[in-house]
Amino acid sequence: MNHSAAIPVPHGAPHAETATGLDTWKLGFWTFIGSETLFFGSLISTYMVYKGRSVAGPYPHDVLNIPLTSVSTFVLLMSSLMMVLALAAVQRGDRRGTLTWLMATALFGATFLGFQAFEFTHFYGEGLTLSSNLFGSSFYVLTGFHGAHVTVGVIWLLALWVQALRGRLGQADALTVEIAGLYWHFVDVVWIAIFTLVYLLE
Amino acid sequence: MSAEMPNSTQHEIEHDVRAHPGAKQYLVIATILTILTAGEVAVFYVPALASVLVYILVTLSAAKFALVVMFYMHLKFDSRIFSGVFLAPLALAVGVVISLIILFRVLPQI
Repeated sequence: MNHSAAIPVPHGAPHAETATGLDTWKLGFWTFIGSETLFFGSLISTYMVYKGRSVAGPYPHDVLNIPLTSVSTFVLLMSSLMMVLALAAVQRGDRRGTLTWLMATALFGATFLGFQAFEFTHFYGEGLTLSSNLFGSSFYVLTGFHGAHVTVGVIWLLALWVQALRGRLGQADALTVEIAGLYWHFVDVVWIAIFTLVYLLE
Repeated sequence: MSAEMPNSTQHEIEHDVRAHPGAKQYLVIATILTILTAGEVAVFYVPALASVLVYILVTLSAAKFALVVMFYMHLKFDSRIFSGVFLAPLALAVGVVISLIILFRVLPQI
């Protein structure tokens, strides 16, 4: 086992001052992620129920661009790698590594958003709007909420980067980066489900 | 800080929480995720697999989901309480998706 990622207090380590013995912030954030799972579960359910029931076009096969979305999916997956490398860097007190990987994660996230903006613009040009049919309504709501989550994540990462630049994000603040990482990876796993259910299972 | 902990607390930590992976293991996971994504896109373009496409894609997607949650979100290495807090709502969400698909797509056709 590689112990290079070890920090002064291991994550999830018992904290004598809490009833669970766990860090309350992290436990609370996992609870929030659980609620977000239900939120996206309801949006995915809605999309799946209305799938193929539009009485007027454009239909999914008319507009969805699998090669383009595959690239954006790869970009988001790689951003998750950057995020864990940022966490590993902050855990070992590597300021330069922290700055590099946090910025890389934010840039990859922004690139994903660029793909999504291009896709939405293209779809709109093809006549697919939020109110054009059931596909448009359920597609834009689902992917739009995901995109909003990515946007929040990018802003969060940039805020951490500024903190790191000012020397206020040291080894002792590793949990702060880990919590941001949990959010970022959650956004990634939601996209893993969306890519399969919305794009590949047309 | 770790060195200042009492032995009993240290033992609890070692028992319940393991060290997180290092950069090398993170890269291995990223490579596997890339291969699985490429596999998903590849099977999408194979007409011969159309009849089993749903099963293949759902399996590959579930594998990617599990890898990110276990290794990048560290659930494999952290306290099981975190796993429970995440997996219980996840099971409920998956149950809701499956139930609604059965109610609105499968049952009306029977």
